[in-house]
Amino acid sequence: MYRYDSYDQTLVDERVAQFRDQMDRYLAGKLGEEEFRPVRLQNGLYIQRHAPMLRIAIPYGMLSSDQLRALATITRRYDRGYGHFTTRQNLQLNWPAQEDVPDILADLAKVQMHAIQTSGNCIRNTTSDQFAGIAKDEVVDPRPWCELIRQWSTLHPEFAYLPRKFKIAVTGATEDRAAIHVHDIGLRLFLDDAGELRFRVLAGGGMGRTPMIGEVVRADLPWQHLLTYLEAIVRVYNQFGRRDNKFKARIKILVKALGIEEFARRVEEEWAHLKDGPQTLNEGAVDEAKTHFPEPPRRPVAESAIVAYEQLRQENRAFARFVTNNVMDHKVSGYKAVTLSLKRREAAPGDITADQMDAVADLAQTFGFGEIRVTHEQNLVLSDVPVDEIEVLWQQLDALGMANPTVGTLNDIICCPGGDFCSLANAVSIPIAQAIQERFEDLDFLYDLGPIDLNISGCMNACGHHHVGNIGILGVDKKGEEYYQISLGGNADDDVSLGKILGPSFYREDVPGVIDKVLQVYVEKRLDEERFLDTYRRVGHQAFKERVYAE
Amino acid sequence: MQNEQEFQEAPETVAATSALIKLGKPVTDTWVLSRDEENLPESRPAIVPLALWQQHADRDDLAPWLPSDTELTPELAAALEKAALVAIDFPAFTDGRGYTLARLLRERFGYAGEVRAIGDVLIDQLYYMTRCGFDALALREDQELESALKALTAFSVSYQPAVDLNEPLFARRLRER
Ligand code: HEM
Ligand code: SF4
Repeated sequence: MYRYDSYDQTLVDERVAQFRDQMDRYLAGKLGEEEFRPVRLQNGLYIQRHAPMLRIAIPYGMLSSDQLRALATITRRYDRGYGHFTTRQNLQLNWPAQEDVPDILADLAKVQMHAIQTSGNCIRNTTSDQFAGIAKDEVVDPRPWCELIRQWSTLHPEFAYLPRKFKIAVTGATEDRAAIHVHDIGLRLFLDDAGELRFRVLAGGGMGRTPMIGEVVRADLPWQHLLTYLEAIVRVYNQFGRRDNKFKARIKILVKALGIEEFARRVEEEWAHLKDGPQTLNEGAVDEAKTHFPEPPRRPVAESAIVAYEQLRQENRAFARFVTNNVMDHKVSGYKAVTLSLKRREAAPGDITADQMDAVADLAQTFGFGEIRVTHEQNLVLSDVPVDEIEVLWQQLDALGMANPTVGTLNDIICCPGGDFCSLANAVSIPIAQAIQERFEDLDFLYDLGPIDLNISGCMNACGHHHVGNIGILGVDKKGEEYYQISLGGNADDDVSLGKILGPSFYREDVPGVIDKVLQVYVEKRLDEERFLDTYRRVGHQAFKERVYAE
Repeated sequence: MQNEQEFQEAPETVAATSALIKLGKPVTDTWVLSRDEENLPESRPAIVPLALWQQHADRDDLAPWLPSDTELTPELAAALEKAALVAIDFPAFTDGRGYTLARLLRERFGYAGEVRAIGDVLIDQLYYMTRCGFDALALREDQELESALKALTAFSVSYQPAVDLNEPLFARRLRER
C-alpha cells in the first residue's frame, strides 16, 4: 500500500488546517454560502436531505486494517456507527455534524487519509480494478500509476474549477473491472509488440443524464508521457468545456460536440507544448511508486492443502456456494481473493457497521496481510488468502453476516442512496433493492440465472450506474409520484453497452414482478450456459417488452 | 445543489474597500479598472477591455484585461508583450479558465510583466492563482485582507510543477534521496 512520506503528510495536515479556517470563517458569517460551497465540496462535504454527508477518499479502493479501524472509530464518534461504500470506491458518512468535519478530517489525516476532491468540479478520486496486483489476467499492475495520478491531480492549481467533475479510471488487466469506458478519462495499460508499456487513452465517457461511451484519443501513449498527456486533455476541457449549462458541462458533451478527431487534434496540439516537460516520468519515479506495492510475503501452500480445499468444496455445499461466487482465482497458486459481501437485506447495499469494520480489519490482518480493497460493486475484498485458511475465514465472515454467497448474481445489486438520503432523488432506491433481494432470495434460482448486474439509481444522475446494468432501474418523478423506469442490455465491461429503456415506467410495488417477467423470458430463451446479457443481445428487446407489457 | 445558480449576498461584516496584493504584500493600487467596452475612462492609468486596449496598444497608461474565454493565440501573446500589465478576469470564481490563461501567458509565451487577477477574486482561490502565475491579486471588495494574506501560504508543498515551481514532487524526492 502507498505510505505517506513527510511531504504527503504535510500536505494533508495543511489541508485540514486550511479547511478548519474556512469552516470558522463560514460559521462566523465571513464566508458566504455560495463561496463556501465549492470549498466544502472539495473537502467531501455535501449538504443532504437529513444532514451533511461526508465522502472520504479511498484512493483506488485500497485500505489498510489500521485505516479501517480508524474509520470505525470515526463513525462511532461522529456519526451513527456505520458507513456506506460507494460505486466510486469511497466511503460516505450520512450523519456527521457540519462543525465536526474539521475534526473528522484531522482524525483521517492521522491514518494517512483525507476527503480531498471527493466532490466538486475537480479531478476526483481515481478508481481502479479491485483485483489489481493479483488478478490472473493482469498485464500491468495499475496501482503505481494510480498513485502517480493521485499525486498529480491532488490540489492541481489549474484544475480546481473545471466546468464539471472529472473522473479517471485505470485498468491493467485484459478484462476491464474498472468501467473505463464510462469515465471522463479511461486508461488501459498494455504492452506493445516490443514489450513497451503503453496507455490506451479514452475520453468522453460518463453516465448521468446523457450517458456516453468514451472514445479513443490516443491508442498507444508511451508511459513516460502519462501526466503531460492527462494535463493536455484536462486543459483542453478546462478551456473549451461548456460552462453555461451544468447539464452540458461534462467532457463527454465537448467530445461529442467537437467529434473525437477534432478533440484529439486539440489535445495533441496542446500536448506538443507539454510533452517532455518537467512532468515527464522517468524510471526512477515509476520504480519509486512501485516500491509501495510490493508482493506480500506469501508463504508456500502445499499441494496437499490445495487438494484438501478442492475436496471440501466437493463435500460441503454451503462452502462450495461461497467459493464459486465469492472467491476469485489468484495469480499465485494456493492463494485466492475473497469478496466480502456488503449486500444484506437488512441494510442498504454497501452499508457497513462500525463493528463490522473492526472485525474486517482483524480478519484482514489474520488472513490477508492487513489489506482491504473496496469494489465498485460496493463490496470488500481480501486479496491474498491462502486456500487452507479460506474455510475458517468463511465461517468468521458468516458470523458477521458478510458471507452471502451472491457476489455477481442478481442479488449483488449496485444501488445509490436514493430518496432515503439524497436530496436530488426522484424516488427511493434502497427499498427497491431490498424488495428485489427478498423476491429472489432462493440461491439455486440465483445460481441458475448466472451473472446478472442489476443496478438502481434514484434519479438521472446515475450514481447507481443504472445505464450499465444488464437490468437497470431508474427512479422517475411523474407529477410528484415515484415511478420506476426499467432498461435492459447495459454492460460496463469491455463489450460495453448502454441499456435500452423497456417502455412506460412502473409503480414501486410492481417492480419485482416486472423483473420476474424479464427473468422468465431469459430462462425460456437462453441456450445452454448463455448469460442474461448474451440472450438479450441475441433475442432482442422486443421479446422482453412484449412479455412485460402483455395484458 | 438545486440552488447552484442562486446568488448569495455577501455577508455585511466585512470591510468594503477592495485591496490589491502584489507579490504577497498589500500595496496601493494606482490603476483604475474600467469595464466600459467603448470609451476610455477619464482617470489613468487604467485597465480596459482587451478589444479597446488593442486600439491604443502603444499607450503606456493603458493596460488590457482579458475575458475568461479569451483564446490566447501567439499573435495575441506577442501583442501583450508590450503591455505594462495583463489582467485576467474571473467573471465568477467558479470559472476556472483564468488559471489556464495565466499559465499559458507565463509558461508558453514567457510574459514577464504583472499578471493580475480581477473580478470574483476570493481568499480561497488565491493560493491556486499564485501557483498559476498571478503576481497581483485584486480582491473582491468584501474580502478580508488579513485572511487573504494568510491564505497565500496555506501550503508548503505541492505535487505538481506550475509557474512557481519547476519541479514535480516525484523529481524532488529522487533528487533528495
Ligand atoms: C447522497 C449524495 C449524492 C449526491 C448529492 C450525488 C450527486 C451526484 C450528481 C449530481 C451526479 C451527476 C453528475 C453529472 O451528471 O455530471 C452524480 C453522479 C454519480 N455519482 Fe453521485 N451523488 C451522491 C451519492 C453517490 C453515491 C453514494 C455513489 C456511489 C454509490 C455515487 C456515485 C456516482 C457515480 C458513479 C456517478 C456517475 C458519474 C458519471 O456521470 O459518470 N454518488 N452524483
Ligand atoms: S442517482 Fe440521484 S438519487 Fe441516487 S444518489 Fe445520485 S443524485 Fe441521489
